[in-house]
Amino acid sequence: MEEVKKIATRESFGKELANFKNENIVVLDADLDSSTKTEIFKEKYPNRFIEVGIAEADMIGTAAGLATCGKIPFAATFAAFATGRVYDQIRTSIAYPKLNVKICGTHAGITVGEDGATHQMLEDINLMRGLPNMVVISPSDDVQTRKLMRKIAEYQGPVYLRLSRLKTPVIYEEDVQFEIGKAVQIGEGLDGTIFATGVTVSQALQAQEKLLEEGIDVRVVDVHTIKPIDEEIIIKCAKETGILVSVEDHNVIGGLGTTIADVLTEKYPKKLIKMGNNDCFGMSGKPEELMHHFGIDSESIIKLFKQKFHTSVNL
Amino acid sequence: MDITKVEELKKKANQIRQDILTEIYNAKSGHPGGSLSCADILSVLYFDEMNIDPNEPDKQERDRFVLSKGHASSALYAVLQEKGYVFEDDINSFRKMDSQFQGHPDMNKVPGVDMTTGSLGQGLSVANGMALAAKIDNKKYRVYCLLGDGELQEGQIWEAAMTSNKYNLDNLCVIVDCNNLQLTGKTEEIKSLNAENIAEKFESFGFNTIIIDGHNIEEIMSAFSKARENEQKPTVIVAKTIKGKGISFMEDNVAWHGKAMDEKEYKLAIEELKEEIRKNKVEK
Repeated sequence: MEEVKKIATRESFGKELANFKNENIVVLDADLDSSTKTEIFKEKYPNRFIEVGIAEADMIGTAAGLATCGKIPFAATFAAFATGRVYDQIRTSIAYPKLNVKICGTHAGITVGEDGATHQMLEDINLMRGLPNMVVISPSDDVQTRKLMRKIAEYQGPVYLRLSRLKTPVIYEEDVQFEIGKAVQIGEGLDGTIFATGVTVSQALQAQEKLLEEGIDVRVVDVHTIKPIDEEIIIKCAKETGILVSVEDHNVIGGLGTTIADVLTEKYPKKLIKMGNNDCFGMSGKPEELMHHFGIDSESIIKLFKQKFHTSVNL
Repeated sequence: MDITKVEELKKKANQIRQDILTEIYNAKSGHPGGSLSCADILSVLYFDEMNIDPNEPDKQERDRFVLSKGHASSALYAVLQEKGYVFEDDINSFRKMDSQFQGHPDMNKVPGVDMTTGSLGQGLSVANGMALAAKIDNKKYRVYCLLGDGELQEGQIWEAAMTSNKYNLDNLCVIVDCNNLQLTGKTEEIKSLNAENIAEKFESFGFNTIIIDGHNIEEIMSAFSKARENEQKPTVIVAKTIKGKGISFMEDNVAWHGKAMDEKEYKLAIEELKEEIRKNKVEK
């Protein structure tokens, strides 16, 4: 079997930052540049790299101040500290004044692994999507991360970019284009839709392949933008396909599943099965073990589909 | 020191105080105490110190001001109006539905407001960001940030103070409106803060530190001028002020942190300010 190329989205992020030619871009970090990978930018453009130390609230405020003067700040730290720790700073100093700051949270979700619950941010999508003016992006692979970063830099306004530590397969060809707010449908299956985001997209694709072998033909929708959500594709898939499932490395409360359910409730009422972290904190372990334990790996998706599909056929 | 200039700035401060009272009286809510305490500082900043043009509120090269203690919004609106910034609404629509003059300052609604504030403790980080942008672009503009003394209880202020120092932000001038009171009582009792130990704290964080009488126009002017001459270090001016300054029944009275006057109190307060102007004329 051909070896699949794997790269973590934090890595793609760090490399692409350093490729930007726009001199208005400044990068801020809170003592984690080797983990967030902003060190690549720091080495190339030391004058436009600001190290605030272990002071995330200060980082957010500093980024806001830079943005008022026409800079395009990318402020990076772990997702837990980039959102939860500084929610009020983001709310008052970035979201409300609609400042052009890009908040970059790496190490999102349980796939952080061994660091455990304190570092496994499972509530960040919920926090950020609840803020007016905030755009929430959660890319699934290397190509998508780099391409969306270009769009994010062009977009005028606050963005939360959710990134992962776990190395995941490269899904897309280099020439694929992505738009903020436009989800990507992979496959035309009619038996069901798997809505996924970030690290769970590759899991969904593996499940799609295996399920087809079992005679269950599903499509995958890569929802890289949680806000603004692509309502059109959700309604389309709800109309065209059987079982609707969402799967995310995030609490099922307030994440991808909730966002999709919000659309369905108002526009096309239909049952959605939400797979994700079931309102509890994470724990230490290997990312793959944890994904299985919390039911967001391909095996869990396959199991669910087989169960639901046969139940619905037998009915 | 230019005597006419000092007199002019005193008169402006008096007018700012009258505007503050009128805004709050019309709104039937607001924060008179902490707005009145910073009126002299704002008068000097806007009419002497800062390089700004009310006709070009967004000019790249302008000096910036961050009112970190956003609840003193009525004072900021007053000084911007006196400076000649053009608004759509009357500042006496302060705190009313759809007014551009929100309870706390909104940079997207009011020309001349350089940063949206309201949640305490965030302004110094923002001012650092502005000062850093000037350094990155080799621009000469300066950044001024007004903090409350009670506000220094927010931890982010000290995170930011380390950043101001680390990046040698000598284009940054912080002013602490040290009126010794906060909503529930004395800053000294709530978190052991007073002008002297505030100055010591900033000094230990690497700031050039100046303590002044925050109601003495000459002292305020001279402190800003010292801050401008200072190199390599950020400056903090610890301004000893009186909460409710200028109105006898409000001065140093914690009850006037966040409440409006009734009609009788309003008239009395305005009369006191007008009397001060008359007295000054007679003395001359």
